[in-house]
Amino acid sequence: MDLKKRILEIAPETQFVEQGDIKAIVPSSSFYALAKKLKEDEDTSFDFLLSLTGMDFGDSLGVIYHLESTKYGHTCVLQTSTTNRENPELYSVCDLWKTANFNEREVYDFFGIRFINHPDMRRLFLRDEWNGYPFRKDYDMESNPLNMTNEVTEDKTTELTIDAEGKVIEKENTLFDDKEYVINIGPQHPSTHGVLRFRTSLQGEIIKKIEPYCGYIHRGIEKMNESLTYPQTLALTDRLDYLSAHQNRHALCMLIEKALGVEIPERVQYIRTIMDELQRIDSHILFYSCLAMDMGAITPFTYGFRDREMILDIFEQTTGGRLIQNYNVIGGVQADIHPDFVNSVKKFIPYFRNILKEYHDIFTGNVIVHQRLKGVGVLSKEDAISFGTTGGTGRASGWACDTRKRKPYAMYDKVDFKEIVYTEGDSFARYMVRMDEMLESMKIIEQLIDNIPEGAYQVKMKPIIKVPEGSYFTSVESSRGEFGVFLESKGDKYPYRLKYRSTGLPLVAAVDTITKGGKIADLIAIGGTLDYVIPDIDR
Amino acid sequence: MGLKKPKIKSIKYEEFQDNESLEKMAAELNANGVNVILGAVDDVINWGRANSPWSLTFATSCCGIEFMAIGAARYDMARFGFEVTRPSPRQADLIMVCGTITHRMAPVLKRLYDQMAEPKYVVAVGGCAVGGGPFTKSYHVVQGVDKIIPVDVYLPGCPPRPEAFLYSMMQLQRKIKLQKFLGGVNRKEKKQK
Repeated sequence: MDLKKRILEIAPETQFVEQGDIKAIVPSSSFYALAKKLKEDEDTSFDFLLSLTGMDFGDSLGVIYHLESTKYGHTCVLQTSTTNRENPELYSVCDLWKTANFNEREVYDFFGIRFINHPDMRRLFLRDEWNGYPFRKDYDMESNPLNMTNEVTEDKTTELTIDAEGKVIEKENTLFDDKEYVINIGPQHPSTHGVLRFRTSLQGEIIKKIEPYCGYIHRGIEKMNESLTYPQTLALTDRLDYLSAHQNRHALCMLIEKALGVEIPERVQYIRTIMDELQRIDSHILFYSCLAMDMGAITPFTYGFRDREMILDIFEQTTGGRLIQNYNVIGGVQADIHPDFVNSVKKFIPYFRNILKEYHDIFTGNVIVHQRLKGVGVLSKEDAISFGTTGGTGRASGWACDTRKRKPYAMYDKVDFKEIVYTEGDSFARYMVRMDEMLESMKIIEQLIDNIPEGAYQVKMKPIIKVPEGSYFTSVESSRGEFGVFLESKGDKYPYRLKYRSTGLPLVAAVDTITKGGKIADLIAIGGTLDYVIPDIDR
Repeated sequence: MGLKKPKIKSIKYEEFQDNESLEKMAAELNANGVNVILGAVDDVINWGRANSPWSLTFATSCCGIEFMAIGAARYDMARFGFEVTRPSPRQADLIMVCGTITHRMAPVLKRLYDQMAEPKYVVAVGGCAVGGGPFTKSYHVVQGVDKIIPVDVYLPGCPPRPEAFLYSMMQLQRKIKLQKFLGGVNRKEKKQK
């Protein structure tokens, strides 16, 4: 099927730009109809909104959509924009893809674009009284000094709708009414895994609604990137999702290498793949430890951290860092692997394979664990795709969404491993996916570790790296889902816009759907199995 | 009589960094002399206080994972008496600010600090808490927690190694050992306008 022809049939004014990835530029008036058709038509069925990126083009403000079909695997990139900078308005797609709800709020927060028909047009990361929109190019960085007054939480929100005459009107929606019993969880709460805040409306002990509040660790990394050179931007990726430090950096390096057309030596590909998988095991061990800790079991926590230290030792030997390694660089890796690297990995794998049985003995088989996880917090496959909850959460709901299989990169098309998919969609399935994935990661490492080819560990790059003009997107499978990087370059040594597809934001957006009708006590177990990392959500 | 030197079991007094500011603090506290009886009682109380500071489980980002690591078996902060962490600020003696503090989090942190009972201590952990770290140019990051709350020990690193965490706690112990629990004022807060 010719996608280009198809899009032109629906929206004839569409233009195509072929700089980097092919992008379809759609006028804002016909955008919603096109998106709806592309999603609902049988032969296109773009049911997965991978990424939604706000953009400031200088003269206009716009949004870029990365769509993907889980059925056929084809992708397309759409762009729409408005030239009205005073009062920019675009049509919302949050009724087509549920993940658009939070993403559009993010765009409103950063660029001030208001989405018509979005039920909840509030800021997502910044405070309500924030002045201006920080991601606009004309934003004054000094315009918002530190405000130490306590935040007031509003129960009302606004929605823009179109009335019978075709005029845009504002409507008021209620988040929580006066009679509801609302309790506040977070931002300082040990089991929200960081500084996330939930407002939870309860009926007895049944959850009626959850409203997540993000932004307590919003560090503005994407905006900072716009004034950093490409090698400098790498340093901040490790700090996004610190339990996927290698994979995040791998994604950005891969993107820049792809844009520059640099061929990467095979030795580097081997090293990167092994490091990624070690990082995945490290992250999943931490997931296991923290889930157990959240549910009140202390011993698995000490077990997990004991074995995690062995991986950290391997990292430290080669990279010098424990948690944040700063190892990948554009064109290769920072330093060659330590002479003992192969040995210590080979020692670790059989040890850990053995100890994993112990993990299952002490925790997985426990009757309390079964009762608290099985059948709790079910997420259906349709919802998982609509929310874009990639990674272990998606795979537990029966959605085969592993980026390593869908879009193989590095060495993943040459190694043999199984994609773990469960169909139950409950907390226990989410837990088991990660436990089984550790075995698969070990299998991958075992296939590679003996065959690391000789050669250079780095390609010599120019001192100043300039990415050719265009827009690019790459994604990797990080420890908790598909981590994507979108780059819009104007040919400078600084990126024009660099956006990270957060793995955690869809998970937080889905919390309300997952927990609705469940018990408040289960919220902790559900949050634990979703396994989000807050700095990755807030960026 | 010279100033008393706080004793930490495993490291000699001379081997600690930055003894000058500790001595300066002790000299200021003891400028008006020390009551013989109260001073002796203070020493006993401080011995107990220094060996059991309970910290608040407060972590915003990366440093929090390393904080968990020192709670686990390998680094085991229980050896020093720090192992009790409290999720409630009302039961905590000390707050380890692990990670970046953003503009939205700043009032929350201040509130947590205000909710803690005196005597209370703050350790700024990691580059972000010390002075903004890699995010100094950001529009939404507080450039160091000392802009909001008084800091007792600064611990640089991104993230600091677990050994550094323990070292910072020992520095805090030395500070606690010198302070007056009875009959003295250790810190005066400015009057709010």
